[in-house]
Amino acid sequence: MRHRINIRRYPGFLPVTILCLVVLYAPLLVVMVYSFNDSLSITRWGGFSFRWYMDIFTGPESAKFKDAAWNSLTIALSAAVASTIIATAAAVAMVRGGAFRGKALNLALISMPIMVPEIVTAVATLVFFSAIGFTLGYLSILVAHIVFCIPFAYLPIAARLQGIDGSYEEAAQDLYASRFQAFLRVLMPLMAPGILAGFLLAFIISLDDFIITNFIKGAGIETLPTAIFGAVKQGIKPNIMALSTLMLSVSIIIVTLSYFISRYGRPGTKAEA
Amino acid sequence: MAEGNIAIDVRNAVKRFGAVTALAGASLTIRDNEFFTLLGPSGCGKTTLLRLIAGFEEITEGEILLYGEDIGALPPNRRPINTVFQHYALFPHMTVAENVAFGMRRLRWSKADIEDQTGRILDLVKLGDLAARRPAQLSGGQQQRVALARAMAPGPKVLLLDEPLSALDLKLRQAMRIELKQIQKETGITFVFVTHDQEEALTMSDRIAVMSAGEIRQVGTPREIYEAPVDRFVADFIGETNVLDVTVHRGPEGVWTCRLPGGAAFPCQTGRPPQDGAAAHVLIRPERLSLVSEAACENGMTGVIDQAVYLGTDIQYGVRLDGGPALLVRAQNAGESAEPFRPGDRVGLAIAPGAARLLID
Ligand SMILES: Nc1ncnc2c1ncn2[C@@H]1O[C@H](COP(=O)(O)OP(=O)(O)O)[C@@H](O)[C@H]1O
Ligand SMILES: [Mg+2]
Repeated sequence: MRHRINIRRYPGFLPVTILCLVVLYAPLLVVMVYSFNDSLSITRWGGFSFRWYMDIFTGPESAKFKDAAWNSLTIALSAAVASTIIATAAAVAMVRGGAFRGKALNLALISMPIMVPEIVTAVATLVFFSAIGFTLGYLSILVAHIVFCIPFAYLPIAARLQGIDGSYEEAAQDLYASRFQAFLRVLMPLMAPGILAGFLLAFIISLDDFIITNFIKGAGIETLPTAIFGAVKQGIKPNIMALSTLMLSVSIIIVTLSYFISRYGRPGTKAEA
Repeated sequence: MAEGNIAIDVRNAVKRFGAVTALAGASLTIRDNEFFTLLGPSGCGKTTLLRLIAGFEEITEGEILLYGEDIGALPPNRRPINTVFQHYALFPHMTVAENVAFGMRRLRWSKADIEDQTGRILDLVKLGDLAARRPAQLSGGQQQRVALARAMAPGPKVLLLDEPLSALDLKLRQAMRIELKQIQKETGITFVFVTHDQEEALTMSDRIAVMSAGEIRQVGTPREIYEAPVDRFVADFIGETNVLDVTVHRGPEGVWTCRLPGGAAFPCQTGRPPQDGAAAHVLIRPERLSLVSEAACENGMTGVIDQAVYLGTDIQYGVRLDGGPALLVRAQNAGESAEPFRPGDRVGLAIAPGAARLLID
């Protein structure tokens, strides 16, 4: 029997845990609660209301928010689709391609954006786009998002693929399927949970990216995060809290979905003995 | 057995994985409609040979012909050969019927033909009423049948089976042996069957190739393999056996006599004549030996019973010969009262005519 350490008995475990939880979640809680505050103040409670949620959609800043939300959603969707396709192809090559030259280097390059400080990527991307004369705007945001979303899409897809026994593809080919048919009819359906999880992760990473987007977006276009940042610079109004709470809800829903999807269908990934 | 058409002709097949030589020049011919078994210990290259035939591995040297045609350059989906995988590899996202139809769909059979054949094959493997199930909802034995049905449905010329029964429990395995053999006979498809279980090989096969360390040691019918093994490896691998150190002497009329170090002597069979007086090994199966009273012993093989092991249908005795080796003797269990020999008794051994075979190493 392995000796299991009961972490709860360590001195200081409880206060440290509570401190971490408070620092992490107290601000979120405050934002969520005060988004329902029926008052202009962001510190004094003036009763419950949906006033600031109405304000997002109908108030003086609603047009700005709508544009930003539209940009964010379409960019996140396109970036997630594109990066998921690229990540799927990369995963099949890396996991199923056998040993090829520069494989380790390839993996390092794929996962680099996770390791490199985002501010460095942001500056580098800006410099690169300027150097090649790429007009900053919607398209530059999209291209940058596709690139930095790839590793996040790659990880769950590759993990899933690693758990799928190679004999399924062999069986498909043995039964007269071409390589492409074997991929389409057998491997893809088996990989689907991983692909969907990768897609959702890429979507959420793109949706809430601020640093890179802020650097390379150029003038006259905003995504939700940059719009929120811009609004906050002129003083925090409670409608920002309502907007943040909405974004938080979307994130939580998608991350939860992604988690359950990537766990779905574990049995059946290996050939049943 | 009549020489039929040759289905598969493996010529000097060599397969290396980097520094590992999995197949070191294997040659064999597999006939049309034959139940052919590749038998050998784990790691001897059986799966590798099967994968070369299926097209999953590229041959390093040599060639493989299918009905006279070199298939070395064809990918697996262009070879009219199907495989039953060791762990079945049923597609988990498809129903039983979809699994079975997969190959026929890829071959663009008509819808009606696919339906007909799926029904027929599922009936053949007695799974007609489970067509709508998913593999995960089936027992191990049922999954095994689906794998068989899926591989047979497109009507391959050759069916490859890689230890298909190894994941089943003993009772089911024995039942499936008989059924597989029957299906093979009914359909007339050439089966190439891989196993490390000698009993499985002996009961099912028309012919067996015994493999060891990437080489084919002997090809023959179960009877040939069992009764006339060409070397010590085959003799040891197939069934229990006694291998004795002897010297051979030419007797009158071309009869060869084996002499044990203790002085006992008996006639033996040999395929190739050895040198007179040479040292050699002789093989005697335990069931071809019998216990006799010491006085009735004619060949001088006398000794003491070491042990008696009760095996149900048989009783196996260990006998230590005077001044010589220990042998196993297998006698049919004729009931307690009919059992005259006990451990510690002195006995003599009788050898059935033709049972002692000289091994040439
Ligand atoms: N893909 C591979 N890479 C390296 N070595 C392999 C590979 N496949 C098989 N081998 C080696 O080849 C030898 C024969 O293997 P295999 O054909 O699987 O044996 P068997 O099926 O008789 O147990 C073994 O030593 C095995 O380790
Ligand atoms: Mg094997």
